[in-house]
Amino acid sequence: MERTERPRGLTRRQLLSRATAAGTAFVVGAGFVAAPNAVWAYETTHLDARAFATLVQMARDIYPHDRIPDENYVAAVKGYDTADAASAITAGLAALDAAAQGKGFGSYLDAGWERDRVDILRGMEESAFFQQIRGGLVTGLYNQKAVWPIFGYEGESFSKGGYIDRGFDDINWL
Amino acid sequence: MAAPFDLNDDSVVVIIGTGAGGGTLANELAQKGVKVVALEAGGRYLPDDYINDEWESFGQLAWVDPRTTSGDWRVAKDFSGLPAWIVKAVGGTTTHWAGASLRFQEHEWKAATTYGAVQGANLLDWPIDAAEMDPWYTKAEDKMGVTRTGNRPGLPGNNNFKVFEAGAKALGYKEVHTGRMAIQSSDEGDRVTCQQTGFCFQGCKWGAKWSTAYTEVPAGEATGNLEVRERAHVARILHNEAGKVTGVEYFDADGHLQMQKARIVCLAGNSFESPRLLLNSASSMFPDGLANSSGQVGRNYMRHMTGSVYAVFDKPVRMWRGTTMAGIVQDEARYDPSRGFVGGYELETLSLGIPFMAAFLDPGAWGREFTTALDGYENMAGMWIVGEDMPQETNRVTLNMDVKDQHGLPVVNVNFSDHPNDKAMRAHAYKQGIAMYEAVGATRVFPTPPYPSTHNLGTNRMSENARDGVVNRWGQTHDIANLFISDGSQFTTGAAENPTLTIVALAIRQADHIASEMAKGNI
Repeated sequence: MERTERPRGLTRRQLLSRATAAGTAFVVGAGFVAAPNAVWAYETTHLDARAFATLVQMARDIYPHDRIPDENYVAAVKGYDTADAASAITAGLAALDAAAQGKGFGSYLDAGWERDRVDILRGMEESAFFQQIRGGLVTGLYNQKAVWPIFGYEGESFSKGGYIDRGFDDINWL
Repeated sequence: MAAPFDLNDDSVVVIIGTGAGGGTLANELAQKGVKVVALEAGGRYLPDDYINDEWESFGQLAWVDPRTTSGDWRVAKDFSGLPAWIVKAVGGTTTHWAGASLRFQEHEWKAATTYGAVQGANLLDWPIDAAEMDPWYTKAEDKMGVTRTGNRPGLPGNNNFKVFEAGAKALGYKEVHTGRMAIQSSDEGDRVTCQQTGFCFQGCKWGAKWSTAYTEVPAGEATGNLEVRERAHVARILHNEAGKVTGVEYFDADGHLQMQKARIVCLAGNSFESPRLLLNSASSMFPDGLANSSGQVGRNYMRHMTGSVYAVFDKPVRMWRGTTMAGIVQDEARYDPSRGFVGGYELETLSLGIPFMAAFLDPGAWGREFTTALDGYENMAGMWIVGEDMPQETNRVTLNMDVKDQHGLPVVNVNFSDHPNDKAMRAHAYKQGIAMYEAVGATRVFPTPPYPSTHNLGTNRMSENARDGVVNRWGQTHDIANLFISDGSQFTTGAAENPTLTIVALAIRQADHIASEMAKGNI
């Protein structure tokens, strides 16, 4: 993906050597978030890297699809990594961490079980911050053409002549 | 071809809107030699322009000018600025509609008489009936090429229909078929045969579905009697001291205010914009808005009792393939108060793509209960419920003086709350829809709430007596002889059927009346 290339010039070994684990899903280094196996990485521009990792985890916990890779959740929230959005998002994520601490976790990412993180989110689901992130994901995640095949959805069909010869009535189990 | 008429030409009929009502009326009048200027707020998009992509198409076609909402309907919470999913373009919502073309049932023209008094409902009989409308329905079906009428064959059933049909038959339903659809089903006709592409809601790229954008409008323009002005947003209808309308003010494509004189004005801007214009045209002579001596302008807003049922099966369905709405069960459309409600409902096949399913399956929901539903998308089947809702005086469109559109005009607030009859009917329909899918092995079902409204009805209703409504049996306003309503806002009651065929039939009939009255010098 365009925005999730490995930080320039870093080998996988170098990348991982500069990182610390954040939760179980991410490694976070100076200005970047990456997968533990380094198949993807994202360089933040305005958000703190750990905050961005928290945001990606929050996105997955709101709309968890186990077959959708992290890259697509990164793509869904990277629009918040801007000069305009960063301060409000940082404040919202700080409130999320504070809520996690109120439930006995070091931070949101330190809550290892999804059910614990969801419990934290339920406690703030009426907040403007939560609704902004959730609402944005409806298009930010599900309108990515890259995720459609994961659901079996075939998208545009006119250029292929529709389905008149491509299985509009091919159901065989009734 | 399209002849431009002068702004000061006061012999023209001005039609506001080019959808099912306005577009049909414009062509019918032009064919009869009447000079027409049609003012369309949106731009012109044709099949080559339509986009097989839900959000991109929405951005291209949808009416997204500001509106506000109130009432206890869930749309007011989940989509507070978007009470309706309708179109701003030449062709209006006939670009977006799915094509279902059903006649009202005989008793539905006489809801007040048939149903009797229903507490809280402002029921009224239409001043016209099935016998009177029969020939106009036939003309509309022929014009639109409606399947299963005339000698036109039905469409083939897609995967979603086959699941739906099997479930319906398992429940013992008898009236089950691929619908009466204004979609080309054979090579005999002016339009391309349906290629089972899906995306009926996004504008048919084959032009297989009837839309005034590429049928009525160009046919009218070809006579030389119709001029369509695009991106012309009408601000106000003008009148003289005699109380007759004399023209309209509109903002042109460059945002400049223009004035077009008129002999007759026909309003077809849908059930929000038509009453909005009447109300925004208030004057010292008509302080409550034009044609509003009854106080009924904006009232009795109906949106059909709707909802959807989606179901997931253990094997693939791929419901998005093929014609979106070619499937219907009509058994529940009957009048049978033993079910606990008056009026009836249709069940019709429906599908959404993943982007819209995520937005509309359960708005606001999150977490695994929601995402596992979407994970089952490929194995999902879907249907839409459309039934008669009760007209209520308090369900109404009013001006919101605190919110202005891009032209500085007050927008509409749409207040809606379900009537208990609507709720009882929806509960019944959910139960039946769920039973259909469970009869063919659904592993999980989703009774899905109504979407932003596509069937927007009432607000300028037709009545025998001037005190009960806004227009007479011809759609002519009771108060102003040369002002007509030509869209779904003139509906007295909504019936169970998708409204477009009735809007078109009324427009054909109205054109006949207007041309005749003009010839006689009566208007």
